[in-house]
Amino acid sequence: MTHSSLQLLLLLVVLTDFAVLGTSRLSACIRWIAFQGAILGLLPLVTEGGLTMHVVALAIGTVIVKAMLLPGFLRWAIREAAIRREVEPLVGYMGSMLFGAAALGAAFAVANTMPASARGSLVVPVALVTVMIGMVILTTRAKAVTQVVGYMMLENGVYIFGLTLARRVPFLVEAGVLLDVFVGVFIMGIVVFHINREFDSISAANLTELRES
Amino acid sequence: MNITPSSAIAFILVLLIAPAVAGVATRTKSVLTGRQGAPALQLYFDLWKLVRRGAVFSETTTWVFRLAPAAMVATTVLAATLLPLDGRMSFIRFSGDAVAFAYVLGLGRFLLVLAALDTGSSFEGMGASREVTFASLVEVGLFLSFGTLVVVTRELSLSGMLGMPFAHHWAANAPALVMISIGLFALLLAECSRVPVDDPSTHLELTMVHEVMVLDHSGPDLALILYGSALKLAVLGALVVSVLIPRGGLPAAGSLAVLGGGLLAIGVGVGIVEATMARLRLPKVALYLAGASSLALFSLILVLWTPA
Repeated sequence: MTHSSLQLLLLLVVLTDFAVLGTSRLSACIRWIAFQGAILGLLPLVTEGGLTMHVVALAIGTVIVKAMLLPGFLRWAIREAAIRREVEPLVGYMGSMLFGAAALGAAFAVANTMPASARGSLVVPVALVTVMIGMVILTTRAKAVTQVVGYMMLENGVYIFGLTLARRVPFLVEAGVLLDVFVGVFIMGIVVFHINREFDSISAANLTELRES
Repeated sequence: MNITPSSAIAFILVLLIAPAVAGVATRTKSVLTGRQGAPALQLYFDLWKLVRRGAVFSETTTWVFRLAPAAMVATTVLAATLLPLDGRMSFIRFSGDAVAFAYVLGLGRFLLVLAALDTGSSFEGMGASREVTFASLVEVGLFLSFGTLVVVTRELSLSGMLGMPFAHHWAANAPALVMISIGLFALLLAECSRVPVDDPSTHLELTMVHEVMVLDHSGPDLALILYGSALKLAVLGALVVSVLIPRGGLPAAGSLAVLGGGLLAIGVGVGIVEATMARLRLPKVALYLAGASSLALFSLILVLWTPA
C-alpha cells in the first residue's frame, strides 16, 4: 500500500516536471511548482517507517514552505514588478521537451549503475530527473522568475534524494535546509524586483552588460 | 483468419456504433456549452442523405480522387480486423501486427492526402501538408506506446498484448499502463482531427486540417469519408478501451458491453475536451504531441527499468 502510493507520488513529481517544462504561462508554471511542493510534502508520510512526530513535522513544514509560502511570494513578485506573463524560453518548448526526455533516459540509466541501497526503488531516478529538468529550466529560460522556479525544482530533486536518508538526518538539519531554500528564493525575489526596477525587464541577459544602458 | 462468434459480434458492433461515438462527442459538447445541438444519431441521417445524392467530380481530378474515399474506409476496416475487439482474439493475427495496424491507417491517410493534392487546390494542399506533419509526430507516441505494451507482455501481436493474460500485467505495471492510456487518448484526439489539434466543426477557416482536405468530395464519397473518420475514432477508441480495461477474463457478453460502454465514454471524453479547450495554435500542436510522446516514453522507460 505505502509502496504503491509512494510510486504514484513519485510519478506525479515527474509529470509535474514535464508540465513546468511545457507550459508557457508564468502563473501556470508557479501553480505546477506549488503542486509539486505539495506532493513533496506528502512523500515523507508514505516512505516506510510509519508516522513519527519528526516525519509529520517535516511534511507540514514542507507543504507550508514549498507549496504555499514560496509560490505565494513568486506571485507577489510577478504582480509587484508587473512582469509580462509569458515564460520566454531561450530554447523553444519543443527543444526543452527533448532535453527533458533525454534527462529522463539519462536519469534512469544512471540510477541503474548506482551502488545505493535504494536501487530498484523509484526514488533515485526521480530525484535525478527532477534535478536535471530543474537545471534545464534554470539555464534555458531568460526570465529571472522562471529561473527561480528552476532553482526550486532543482532543490526539490535534492529533497527527494535526501528522503532516502530522512530517518537518519536530525530534524533540525531538515528545518535548516527548508529555511535555506526559503531565504534563497526570498533573496532571488527581491533581486528580481530590483532588476525589474532598474531595467524595466527581468531578462537575466541584461546582467551580462557592465554599462548601464 | 480466426473468426469466433464473440469477435464477429464485436466487429459488427464497432462498425455499427462508430457514427454514434462521434455523435455522442458532438452531443456532449452541445450539452456542456448550453446549446440545442444535433441529436446523437445525426450522423446516421447525414450518411443516409449523402448516399442518396449524386457525386460531382471536378474536371481536374483523376481516378486517385475517386479511389480515396473507398480506400480510406477499407483500410480502417482492415485496421479493425487487426485489433482484438472482443478482448480475446482479432480476426487476423501475426507477429508484429501492431506495426501493420499503424501503417494500414497510415495508408488510408496517404490516399486521402493524394486525393486532396489531386484536386489541384492550394487550399486542400495546405490541409494535406498539415495532416501529414501531425501524423508523423503522432507516430512517435503511438510506437512508444506499442513498445511499452510489448515490453510489459513480451508479446509481438496485438491479440497477444491485449488478449487474455493482459489483466495480470496490470498489477505490476499499473502506472505505466495508465500513462499510455492517457497518451493514446491524446494521440487519438490528434489522429481523428479533434479539438486541441483540429476543429471538426469548422468548414471554412484557414486553420482547419482534416476538413479542408475533403472539401471537394460530395455525395456517396463524402458519406464514405465521414463514415471512415467516425470508424477511425471508434477503432482507436477501442484500442484505448482495450488498454485501460483488460477484458480477457470477462464473459463474452460482459466484454461486449464494456466495449460498447467504453466507446461511448470515449465519445463523452472527446466531447468534454472539445467543450473545455480551445484549439491550440499551430506551433503548439507539435508541443502537445511531444507531450503525449513523452508520456509514452516515460512509461516505456519505467517498464524497462522495473525489474520484471
